[in-house]
Amino acid sequence: MIAIFELFGRSVLQRVEEIGRVFLFLCETGRAGLTKPIRWRLALQQMEFVGVRSVSVVLLTGTFTGMVLALQSYYGFRKFGAEGLVGTTVALSMTRELGPVLTSLMVTARAGSAMAAELGSMRVTEQIDALVVMAVDPLRYLVVPRIVASLLMLPVLCAVSDFVGILGGYFVGVGVLGINSGTYVANTIKYLELSDIYNGLVKAVCFGGILSAIGCYKGFFARGGAQGVGRATTEAVVLASVLILINDYFLTAIMF
Amino acid sequence: MDDPIIQFVDVHKSFRGQKVLDGLYLDIPRGRTTVIIGRSGGGKSVTIKHMIGLIRPDRGRILLDGVDVLSLEKDAMNQVRRRFGMLFQEGALFDSMTVGENVAFPLREHTELPAPEVEARVAEMLRLVGLPGTQEKMPGELSGGMRKRVGLARALILEPEIVLFDEPTSGLDPIMADAIDTLIQETQEASRRTYVVISHDVRATFKIAHYIAMLYEGRIIAAGTPDQLRANPNPILAQFLRGSAEGPIQVQ
Repeated sequence: MIAIFELFGRSVLQRVEEIGRVFLFLCETGRAGLTKPIRWRLALQQMEFVGVRSVSVVLLTGTFTGMVLALQSYYGFRKFGAEGLVGTTVALSMTRELGPVLTSLMVTARAGSAMAAELGSMRVTEQIDALVVMAVDPLRYLVVPRIVASLLMLPVLCAVSDFVGILGGYFVGVGVLGINSGTYVANTIKYLELSDIYNGLVKAVCFGGILSAIGCYKGFFARGGAQGVGRATTEAVVLASVLILINDYFLTAIMF
Repeated sequence: MDDPIIQFVDVHKSFRGQKVLDGLYLDIPRGRTTVIIGRSGGGKSVTIKHMIGLIRPDRGRILLDGVDVLSLEKDAMNQVRRRFGMLFQEGALFDSMTVGENVAFPLREHTELPAPEVEARVAEMLRLVGLPGTQEKMPGELSGGMRKRVGLARALILEPEIVLFDEPTSGLDPIMADAIDTLIQETQEASRRTYVVISHDVRATFKIAHYIAMLYEGRIIAAGTPDQLRANPNPILAQFLRGSAEGPIQVQ
């Protein structure tokens, strides 16, 4: 009986410790990012990695998401003769929801995992200790540039995704399903507001913060050799994806 | 000892309930090479990492020139760290950078030297460790011994007052190990700086050490000059120096 309590107590303690560590990590990173000049050269390198090199995968997922959205919504709208609203549905879904969420998930898989793996292997091969010994703050040198890059690049990628998604929807709607081009475009423009796009971009910034902070955190505290790095990477991707989806709900509810 | 540069006073450290340092007292003499010997996993690395603030003790004090380094804020600690250089066990080179960039890293971070001057210093340092012209290589292309020598070049390039060596020769072939020992000896004699070396290689220890401390079960059980240690009757020390499985140290 006591053993059960012990087990429960230990796991609660571990959770509390972990939350404390995350909190300290974020505070120290925030302090490092706000009080001292950001290392823009490193941030630019990361922007290239997080942003530029994610473009192809974002183009692919964005386009096909827009295309499948057009197909699916057409199927539904045809039942009550509202095929003209396919364009509206595609545009609203892409900008408000699927653009930011899918982009963030893809970047998590591509860059969030790489952050965890890279920082993790730097940790287990003592490269992070080497930075500390050389009086270079590893948070400022490694973590801040990655988070800054993600915060800046995610909305850009999201905008790209929105654009090609709407374009993909148009090609399927007009080209494949034969919806009148004028109706499609008119309905898209008429019901889509600027605030829909802003909402999505704000979400993308938040998700960029989540995926980079989690990726860096998991990598930064990795331990236990190659296996530990693998574990950190997996945990980072899973945790960041789950947090993105959970936060998506709350952000939507707040900005509704 | 008069005027030690680093002092450990009653330092305790445990990891997940396992005691590693158990009331450690240790004085490091200034301007000399001190070798800390002891069994693998006996807390030697942990000791050296305490000196530079990579690990904080659970209890006790660590003094550098009589100042308690544990009470220092982050910025002050970074000032202190600039007095140190450290060679890590596997070199800990940044594998996203070339050899030249690795060696230049401390110069670029902490000095305003113009680029040609940095390059000249890097070339000179690489020549000193026996790897001239390797600036453009990546760490992944180097053998273990070469990585350690690059690590040594990086540790020495700012000419730090105190240099820490975490097992500089473990895992190297005997010839390379001797070459690194000779390098340590020569650079110390030329610079007269404080070197602290961790080792379990008894032969090399007697070659380079001015002062030896034996760490066993979280404490220093014997310390002194090489001659004093040879004459020390402590059975644990004697067994370690003999390199024998027979004696008071139990092989688990």
